[in-house]
Amino acid sequence: MISRTLVIIGGGSAGMAAAIKAYDLGVKDILILEKGRVLGGILNQCIHNGFGLQEFQEELTGPEFLARYAAMTQERNIEVWFEHTVLNINANKEITVSSPQGLVIIKAQAIIFTVGCYERSAGAIKLPGDRPKGVITAGQAQYYQNILGQKVGKQVFVLGSGDIGLIMARRLTLEGAKVLGVAEIMPYSNGLNRNIVQCLEDYEIPLYLSHTVTKVIGKERLEKIEISKVDANYQPILGTEKIYEVDTLVLSVGLIPNLEIFNNPKFVTSSTRGLLVDNHFASEIPGIFSAGNCLHVHDLVDFVVKEARIAATNAYHYLQNQNEVSLQEFAVLKAKEMGYLIPEYIRIHQSDTAVTFQFRVRFPILKARIKLLNAKNEVLFQVVRLYLIPSEMVSLEVKAALFLQNSEPLHYEVEVLE
Amino acid sequence: MKKLICIICPRGCHLEVDENLNVTGNFCSRGAIYGKQEVSNPTRMITSTIPITGFMVKMLPVRTKEPVKKALIMKVMKEIKKIVLDRPVQAGEVIATNVGNLGVDIVASATIDKETKQY
Amino acid sequence: MTTKKYDIVIIGAGVTGAVLARELARYQLDVLILDKENDVGNVTSMANSAIIHAGYDPLPGTLKAKLNVRGNALYPKLCEELDVSFKQSGSLVVATSEDEKILVQDLVRRGKQNGVKCSYIYPRRVLELEPNVLKDNYGALYCKTCGYIDPFNLVSHAIENALDNGVTLKLNHLVTAIAQVDGGYQVVTNQGSYETKLVINASGVNGVKVASLLETPSFKITPRKGEYFVLEKQFQPLVTRPIFPVPSKKGKGILVIPTTGGTYLVGPSSEYTEAFDDLATDTLTLNEIAKHAKTLVPSTPMHQVIRVYAGLRPTPSDGDFHLEPLSEKHPNFINLIGIESPGFASAPAVAEYVINKYLKSRLSLVEKKNYNPLVKKYVKLNELSDEARAALIKTRSDYGLIICNCEKISKGEILDLFSRSYFPTTIKGIKKRLRCGFGKCQGGFCGPKIVTLLSEVLKKDLNDINYDELETNIIIKESR
Repeated sequence: MISRTLVIIGGGSAGMAAAIKAYDLGVKDILILEKGRVLGGILNQCIHNGFGLQEFQEELTGPEFLARYAAMTQERNIEVWFEHTVLNINANKEITVSSPQGLVIIKAQAIIFTVGCYERSAGAIKLPGDRPKGVITAGQAQYYQNILGQKVGKQVFVLGSGDIGLIMARRLTLEGAKVLGVAEIMPYSNGLNRNIVQCLEDYEIPLYLSHTVTKVIGKERLEKIEISKVDANYQPILGTEKIYEVDTLVLSVGLIPNLEIFNNPKFVTSSTRGLLVDNHFASEIPGIFSAGNCLHVHDLVDFVVKEARIAATNAYHYLQNQNEVSLQEFAVLKAKEMGYLIPEYIRIHQSDTAVTFQFRVRFPILKARIKLLNAKNEVLFQVVRLYLIPSEMVSLEVKAALFLQNSEPLHYEVEVLE
Repeated sequence: MKKLICIICPRGCHLEVDENLNVTGNFCSRGAIYGKQEVSNPTRMITSTIPITGFMVKMLPVRTKEPVKKALIMKVMKEIKKIVLDRPVQAGEVIATNVGNLGVDIVASATIDKETKQY
Repeated sequence: MTTKKYDIVIIGAGVTGAVLARELARYQLDVLILDKENDVGNVTSMANSAIIHAGYDPLPGTLKAKLNVRGNALYPKLCEELDVSFKQSGSLVVATSEDEKILVQDLVRRGKQNGVKCSYIYPRRVLELEPNVLKDNYGALYCKTCGYIDPFNLVSHAIENALDNGVTLKLNHLVTAIAQVDGGYQVVTNQGSYETKLVINASGVNGVKVASLLETPSFKITPRKGEYFVLEKQFQPLVTRPIFPVPSKKGKGILVIPTTGGTYLVGPSSEYTEAFDDLATDTLTLNEIAKHAKTLVPSTPMHQVIRVYAGLRPTPSDGDFHLEPLSEKHPNFINLIGIESPGFASAPAVAEYVINKYLKSRLSLVEKKNYNPLVKKYVKLNELSDEARAALIKTRSDYGLIICNCEKISKGEILDLFSRSYFPTTIKGIKKRLRCGFGKCQGGFCGPKIVTLLSEVLKKDLNDINYDELETNIIIKESR
């Protein structure tokens, strides 16, 4: 067994940002465990531009964004072990890691999880009909196209309007495929407006809102799909079926935090299916932190790195003062209009000045008053926000002083004004 | 009259821009600027990949040096598809100038050398 | 040139054909096994409940009852020899009403008539065994000999062992005609024809179709579709043994079943279908399955579905297995068809039965001296201690490189497949054997890596790597 002060699991954008921040705060004994051969994770295959506007005030491609972080990581001589996959982590923060060099157990004083997310599959959405070759997630299509330079199809339909789906609709079009349309079961897009305009409208690819695939047809290879309009309860409306002849159905039906290495009942899952964390991005096991898409799926990488830095700062504080006691501890319940809420548990420390909440709404709201209430339904905090949409994260900062007298569970309410 | 969705903020205003570049449907002044630009001279950054031989990495991600006129996208793509590389390259390096006489330069968006591992 | 004459041609490399081929491999016979698919066990043997039924369900006195009970008894040894995961977990048939309690007690009596050890247990005992089963249940049939297996590897390891002992396998061979010739039959396929003294028709759902190439049998086979959900692994076990509802005329009902891989199956439905290749799932049926599962195991996490699938039961028009010569005119064309549930459980007994009853009198069965009933042991890193895993990585670094992150499968374990007498060449084939892609990302991450690896190992272009059948290449054949 070897010992390390801080082990960061996952060398993508969140992992690199966390390592850099922790290093700059003075934690020098850092190890990044990366299962792949390079830093940067999924950004390697995101060759499109649009990254870094917040972080660098520049519009970068995925590889350009990751290269900046990789350079900052290397400048600090932060150690990275490639092709190292975590097999298990126990409550004592002993990490079992497999690599071609052997099996090693690392005892960490603190751990930050930055392992990203995975794509919801055809099976998970119970895609009706046959299961032929030709149904593929957007991320896989992206890997084949951008990393291997290989095409997955010529006649394509996209199910789900997530950003990667839109990006791949454009990418496959540029590579010569015919993208016949994008179907989205919700009455609004799940992708950013910018991608609707620049990935679909630019290429006259139709977006069918309130539509879904009701049948996949093709025994061995995909031949056709049936699309239907859905009603307000997302049930297909009979008589609205349309058939498209396609060889590829690209799925962009959601991303899910990758919790698989937490196969341990002590890691309680939250509403995002990520780790349950408090306002310090700390889990229920002292010294284990989580940030980035393995906690909740972000809209922009810029917010991923920002969150990772906060998690790293908290990990640093934990390493400095492992026995810090909370002044107050309480749960916070999300409003029914929120898809999820981070954090759902609050621990107020002496040094805390503010608590940042992040969430996404479940449907577009033009104008809303967001209220944080206590058990007696007294409003502790409220703010009016405009243009809330499911494809964008919302972040609220609340002064920590507000909570100094509170020890009861709080809850959010969203009052829709327009 | 052109109809478009504003991409400046999440509100996503449905803009209408007439022949004289008058913008309506915008909620704020930034929308008017976007509407004018998008109708008079819409531009896009094009990103793609090109094959690179002799290395562990098979494809090099590339982009146009500057955003190009929207109308040129497919022409530029046709030119990008002709490019193949067999030498090490630095991110930011121009790998092809004035492709197809379109006035567009293509830039590598990653560094690839003998050491670069495949993702 | 004289064409080679086989002693036996087996049509169909599903569980029945595979286990029989492996049993026949112990004799000095020339055995050829033909399958129309690009991998063995690729139709009904791939999409079922993976249960080794005990035998309390079939009607007493039927061939099905006899072979189910006998087959179940043969399983522990079979799986030991073939290095296949088998959990003899026991099973519960749970009553959810006073009426069903009577039916369960009838089933216990039926089981005893069939020679199966089973008993009625009280509701409290049910909950001791399975805390997630319906709290106000009315007791259950409890049988200790029921279990569940890894169905994919049972078939592929049986084939591997058969090949190790001299059997020949030909995939992608669709039988298109069968003719009686002097001293036997000529079996014509899309890739050449084969002469044989005796034909075993183990072609599952297509059994009557294949037999009819020679002579139309007196019974029919109708595909009866069963749809299933696969649920994610759980932190705490959902159930530890197959949970059955009380059976009805439509079959054994909707079950909640643990798998050897740690996931759970929920299903199957039961609907007759016209097409012999109809494996489509549909939303209404799946919703119905989910509802039934919840009545039996209320906490079944239907929001953690990772896959849905359907399989076809080859349901014979007259109910029982058809294990007999096609007709008096064709004593050497032997059908092993109409084998719906419990096909897996019965397979080793079917092999024993057909050899004893028909083959011994038709062929000279002389045992080989060098017959080896054991498959070479597989390295299964996830079943090893840290120390044993570490030692193996030292001997071969590929055991340390994890390719499938959900199921934690190493490159070494994938490469090991290719040193076998029979190995898969498709993405689905790798998935069936090692579970790469069976996890919650469903191959989203490891899929492209396995395509690349297959292209390296098989020395084929990336766009020649198939997902499953021939011409199901994931990457299309088109230049830049």
